[in-house]
Amino acid sequence: MKLDTTKKLWIGLAILIVLTPLGLLATGTAWGEWAPDELEGVDYIPQGMQKLSDFWHSLLPDYNVPGWENSFALSSIGYILSAIIGIGIITAIIFALGKFLASEEEV
Amino acid sequence: MHIPDGYLGPITYGLLWIVMIPIWIIAASKVKKTLKTKQVPLLAIGAAFSFVIMMFNVPIPGGSTGHAVGGTLIAVVLGPWAALIAVSIALIIQALFFGDGGITAIGANCFNMGVVLPFVGYYVYRLISANSDVNSSRLWIGAGIGGYVALNVAALFTAIEFGIQPYLHRDIETGMALYSPYPLNIAVPIMAFEHLVFFGFVELIVTALVVKYIQQTDTTLLEHKVAYGVSAA
Repeated sequence: MKLDTTKKLWIGLAILIVLTPLGLLATGTAWGEWAPDELEGVDYIPQGMQKLSDFWHSLLPDYNVPGWENSFALSSIGYILSAIIGIGIITAIIFALGKFLASEEEV
Repeated sequence: MHIPDGYLGPITYGLLWIVMIPIWIIAASKVKKTLKTKQVPLLAIGAAFSFVIMMFNVPIPGGSTGHAVGGTLIAVVLGPWAALIAVSIALIIQALFFGDGGITAIGANCFNMGVVLPFVGYYVYRLISANSDVNSSRLWIGAGIGGYVALNVAALFTAIEFGIQPYLHRDIETGMALYSPYPLNIAVPIMAFEHLVFFGFVELIVTALVVKYIQQTDTTLLEHKVAYGVSAA
């Protein structure tokens, strides 16, 4: 692996992070990911679903700061922040995991 | 394809959690044998790429949306076991912090997108690119087709998990579904159509473009003939 390859890939990631608000232009919901009261083609809320859907409340639901969803500008900032936070946590976990999993030998 | 909490009943989500725990342990031991310190940043980049590419929702006619996963791409560069770990970590963080995919469904989502997807994509890639030169167009074409097939197989698994819920869990008195109310004959055709016609191509383009970029930038990332952990699989 060339030395600057990783650097180039990190830069590519940074560009993707800045571009993430493009993903907000799609306003619909993926099939099978609706809230229980928005189920398509079903006129009742399945009872088990109702109970389980409340199982967990995330800090940044839908990759946004609660309350920022209604403005495209704010939700774009929230989306970019979410990407940075998510990638920060993931990178930290993998570097920590790498301490246990990776060995030093030459590739 | 991120199954939220509430769509799967306890039989399905419980079983897939139970299935995933030994798979994660096996993946960790496979990766431990092959991962070099120098590759750790690459694994982090892979997981981060998968996380961020899933934020690019693509709208399709009818109001639904979807996105690429990037699992085949990671498998092409680091092997399917490393891809399993990278995608699983991305999915777990998405569920915990961003409410994308359920907590109860972490086992299911990691199975579909973290296991099925990279392994299918990887072996399709290997089949198409076998014995070809590192600069051969068979590499990016194989990776792209691998990505397309893999996303579709993963979507099929997801649709089957949705679709078996009405048979597994029903209110005895009212007959109403307790979890996902969509039977197989609804879930499978809709998910298959969306992924065969639209999202599969999103994954194909993303995967092929990045592999092509890597071929032009640093072919050492693609040179391993016997990929990490696979020779022993």
